[in-house]
Amino acid sequence: MNPAAKKPRSRHDPTTEPGWVRWLLILVTVGYLLAMLVLPTLSVFIEALAKGVDAYLKAIDDEDALSAIRLTLFVAAIAVPLNVVFGVCAAWAIAKFEFRGKSLLITLIDLPFSVSPVISGLIYVLLYSIHGWFGPTLDALGIKVVFSVTGIVLVTIFVTFPFVARELIPLMQEQGTDEEQAAISLGANGLQTFFRVTFPNVTWGLLYGVLLCNARAMGEFGAVSVVSGHIRGLTNTMPLHIEILYNEYDFVGAFAVASLLAMLALVTLALKSLLEWRYADRLAGGARH
Amino acid sequence: MKPAGVLFGLRWRQPSVLPGFGLTLGFTIFYLSVIVLIPLATLLLRPAELGWSGFWTTVTAPRVLAALRLSFGTALVGALINGLFGLVTAWVLVRYRFPARPLVDALIDLPFALPTAVAGIALTTLYAPNGWIGQLLAPLGIKVAFTPLGVALALTFIGLPFVVRTVQPVLQDLEREVEEAAASLGAGRLRTFRHIILPAIAPALVTGFALAFARAVGEYGSVIFIAGNMPMKSEIAPLLIVIKLEQYDYAGAAAIAVVMLAVSFVMLLVLNLLQRWSRRHEEARV
Repeated sequence: MNPAAKKPRSRHDPTTEPGWVRWLLILVTVGYLLAMLVLPTLSVFIEALAKGVDAYLKAIDDEDALSAIRLTLFVAAIAVPLNVVFGVCAAWAIAKFEFRGKSLLITLIDLPFSVSPVISGLIYVLLYSIHGWFGPTLDALGIKVVFSVTGIVLVTIFVTFPFVARELIPLMQEQGTDEEQAAISLGANGLQTFFRVTFPNVTWGLLYGVLLCNARAMGEFGAVSVVSGHIRGLTNTMPLHIEILYNEYDFVGAFAVASLLAMLALVTLALKSLLEWRYADRLAGGARH
Repeated sequence: MKPAGVLFGLRWRQPSVLPGFGLTLGFTIFYLSVIVLIPLATLLLRPAELGWSGFWTTVTAPRVLAALRLSFGTALVGALINGLFGLVTAWVLVRYRFPARPLVDALIDLPFALPTAVAGIALTTLYAPNGWIGQLLAPLGIKVAFTPLGVALALTFIGLPFVVRTVQPVLQDLEREVEEAAASLGAGRLRTFRHIILPAIAPALVTGFALAFARAVGEYGSVIFIAGNMPMKSEIAPLLIVIKLEQYDYAGAAAIAVVMLAVSFVMLLVLNLLQRWSRRHEEARV
């Protein structure tokens, strides 16, 4: 559109606002988002590099920091696959069959999203601590859940529980069962039907769910903080390690570890946008959260 | 042999040629029970140890009441700010074209992706009295970090995407013809917005507001750094749960948690009813 044609249009088009209102709103929005989102993210990297690149690298190459990174990766490597298996099973049962109580089941699956992270941790302490219900029995068997990696894995599974399922359920519902029925009637068995027919249709949706699930699993703070017991080098994940360093006034150290998580967040956002842009038709209708 | 899907003589599922229903539903229910339902059930049973009067004294202690008031009050402020700016942001993203718009759109979800502890230390460092923004505000006598204002700021940050993401699709699907009709009948832009557009996006706006509010009430990670955590002043309810746990007062911690969940549940229920009522009201008017 050339500028000469643009001006009279904005004056006469009654379904849009005058040019100055539009630009004012755009400026307000962009300014607000710059201050609220970009500035804090930018400050993480600037604070991390405040004392130079050497100090930054040294802060990450620290024994406790490395063990926190290892633990975070370990926890996500267990929690994410388990929730993928659950998400696929739940989506298969809910999307491909008609039965009573389905909407109640979907509501229950979404439940962990509406529970405060601290309360998520609390319920596991109530169940598994030495003063809890199952705690004494498990303790007699030599199994420790609270203040151990087991507890961290369990609460991480809890807080990331709905991500994969809530992405796959609407997607598989949209796709219906015609293709699967055709496969079965042609003699394929259940597993063949799933891996050759259903799976190729939901690959990108599954990836989308995994992406969000993983970001939350690696970044969870409140729930993990309640069950971890903060034992350095043993039960400290990256977010917990950030807190310890920050409270010890080791700001470069805290922001150095934080910068790794911020990079993870930026990569997650970039991949998520890429999936939404490239495969919009292969994601569930309400893919955007 | 009994036909599949019949229980106590009632048909509870429609027959299907696809296999694996029993296995996948069974595993879903088992996993859901072990991870979510059983742990949540203990939360409701645990405060019963205190007895009714013990429960009441715990949750009406001045420190607990102050924390609950702060949590719900600042969550409300955060959700209101997000309602306003979320509406403007969704409007700008859907209706206007400007450079870097896709980038701005992608950026909205940052608070979902950025771990809360990272957001917490970043905001605290920015708004501390010697921080980049804090030192600009200090001469004006405005203190953000370590005050309830800081709590509201953190809660605004983490709730930012909700309203944008609920309003955006509705605004996108809105038919422009109605606006053209309003304009041809002589309505100005503001009037069209108030009488045509706002009623159409109001349910989505309320939903986004409720989601942002619910998320903010339970938020912990981003708040504890910036709050200063002074009892009676800037101590949020989730932190009080953590403190009670550290003192091994499990029943007390569970009691506060139950109150938080109950209040949020009632508020969401009221919002839901309000929304349903307004929709019926709207239909009756048409």
